[in-house]
Amino acid sequence: MINFDFDVIERSWVYLFQTGMAFTLELTGLAMVGGIVIGTLLAMMRLSSNKLISTVATTYVNLIRSVPLVLVIFWFYFLVPYIGAWIIGANEPIKVGAFTSSLITFILFEAAYYCEIMRAGIQSIPRGQVWAGQALGMNYWQTMGNIVLPQAFRNMIPVLLTQTIVLFQDVSLVYVLSITDFVGAASKVAQRDGRLVEMYLFVAVVYFVLCFSLSLLVKRLQQKVAIIR
Amino acid sequence: MNYNWNWGIFWERSPDAIGTYMDTLLAGLYWTLATALIAWVMALILGAIIGTIRTMPHKWAVRLANGYVELFRNIPLLVQMFLWFFVMPELVPTAIGDWLKQLPNAPFVTAVICLGFFTSSRVAVQVSAGINALPRGQKMAGTALGLTLPQTYRYVLLPMAFRIVIPPLTSEFLNIIKNSAVALTIGLMELTARARSMQEFSFQVFEAFTAATIIYILVNIVVVNLMRFIEKKVAVPGYITSGTGGK
Repeated sequence: MINFDFDVIERSWVYLFQTGMAFTLELTGLAMVGGIVIGTLLAMMRLSSNKLISTVATTYVNLIRSVPLVLVIFWFYFLVPYIGAWIIGANEPIKVGAFTSSLITFILFEAAYYCEIMRAGIQSIPRGQVWAGQALGMNYWQTMGNIVLPQAFRNMIPVLLTQTIVLFQDVSLVYVLSITDFVGAASKVAQRDGRLVEMYLFVAVVYFVLCFSLSLLVKRLQQKVAIIR
Repeated sequence: MNYNWNWGIFWERSPDAIGTYMDTLLAGLYWTLATALIAWVMALILGAIIGTIRTMPHKWAVRLANGYVELFRNIPLLVQMFLWFFVMPELVPTAIGDWLKQLPNAPFVTAVICLGFFTSSRVAVQVSAGINALPRGQKMAGTALGLTLPQTYRYVLLPMAFRIVIPPLTSEFLNIIKNSAVALTIGLMELTARARSMQEFSFQVFEAFTAATIIYILVNIVVVNLMRFIEKKVAVPGYITSGTGGK
């Protein structure tokens, strides 16, 4: 057996949380907001009666969902600088920071998953409500924005949050780009001090405590927001 | 944009002594499939056991099984990989630890064990959902016929539940294939890792990743069709299943 040295956590505490966990939480939060916004738009596109629009959205969602997240991270890491150059008309691929690059990756990746949740949410609203909206003289966007989406969103809040817990865990995969998220920070300390066992155990415990309590909260929320039918 | 496209790159020799770059990618596919398949068998067996326990009338057993599920669900897969690969050999007695570290295929063995446990918790949730979805009369009918609890499970509940959960298990199988890519962090040369190394050697980023993406999509299509075939084969008469129109 080995000698544990948990002092290493005390020594690196500030670095682990102020640099690592801050990055992870920031990325999770922003990717959740961006992912839900774009995911909702994608869901509306998928449900559109325009064949072209729905095919484009469906293809995107199915493509993203059939490829491993690690590969998607690599894709965007190399692709984003080229797209950026193409948008601003530069000759050279532009330099995108680690944070921006991973943020774009996670927004576009999670959007595909949030899209499927929002699609189920929109489809759970009875058709008659859309007709009622139209009968009142509302146009498409008014019906969507005032009647369908608020209810769809409310119905889906627990599922959206559960997906966000998954996202929070998935952010750890930016490790493959040597970015200093929570896992990245811990593994840097672990390798510097030769304390892999303590650091990785600590990381596991922190993730477990956070994700477990969040999922308990979601469960409680689920009972609260449930609409009695 | 100045990027030199070269789709012929796949037929050029790669520096890793396997042959062409295409051979490199196919070798990666082999490791991806081997990892996913063996881990899947492990996940199915463990998941079926844990999932069944979750529906049993014994309180403490249910609690234990729930704890198992929560443990593997709430730690990121990457961290679990590290725990099995770096931490586990240090926590077991030194002799076993050294033996583990010297295994010729340590990343492969670790990845299979890690993915097996990780996925088993998800399979367990689906199996217990399948059992709970059965009308409760089925369990009562079993007891009324004089079957013991294990017999009720063996002959009535489980055969029904397993057929019901095949569709969600399909997506879990697709997930295990995708999740095996995380094993590149502990040095398993599976498909994504090969695409990455091909990109590093040849500088043909987009060709390498496009090829890997297409291979993953093809594998997806094969798996989905295979499972649809199995689903049709084992469909319970009278139940609504996709493709049969609920006859």
